[in-house]
Amino acid sequence: MDTTSHLGLLVLFSAFVSIAFAVLMRDDVKEQVTFGAKLFGTFVGSAVLLGWLLYPLPL
Amino acid sequence: MPAASGRRSEPAPYPYLVVAAAWAVPGAGHLWLGRYQKGLALLVVLPLMFAFGLWIQGRIFPFQFDELLVGLAAIADVGIGLPYFVAKIAGLGAGQVIAITYEYGNTYVIVAGLLNMLAALDAFDIAMGRK
Repeated sequence: MDTTSHLGLLVLFSAFVSIAFAVLMRDDVKEQVTFGAKLFGTFVGSAVLLGWLLYPLPL
Repeated sequence: MPAASGRRSEPAPYPYLVVAAAWAVPGAGHLWLGRYQKGLALLVVLPLMFAFGLWIQGRIFPFQFDELLVGLAAIADVGIGLPYFVAKIAGLGAGQVIAITYEYGNTYVIVAGLLNMLAALDAFDIAMGRK
């Protein structure tokens, strides 16, 4: 694994946090999977969206 | 946000011991209370997240409260329990400020500790019969 990939680290971080939250906040396994997938998608999707919104800024 | 399903348990006899175990070993509180699936998931995910953070040059912060954020990060770090002390004894967590992954590593280590604190509080709620 390329540990210097920002996107890769973001995706892995999102996966860890989504699993932990899903396990803590839902009791049924099926609900955990659904909730975890939604969380994961929201984490990654919002990061990519914010990245593109910031892209035109001159930094 | 309430849990989706309403399974509640009887209060456990030693809730404070449960929360101490849950802090010391991620997932131990849930395993103690018979929530094996949750306990095993936490036992795998949280130490793995902590170890990965150290591997990518994250730092275990010292308890220096003259710099408030450093002190707060140290409290978050110790939230992971025994893996924190194992890492300290093994000499890990020095952190490489010049490493490109330094800030990511810090984030992994800090958030792993905070999530374990949250898991310990969840175990406490279950032990008190609230969940």
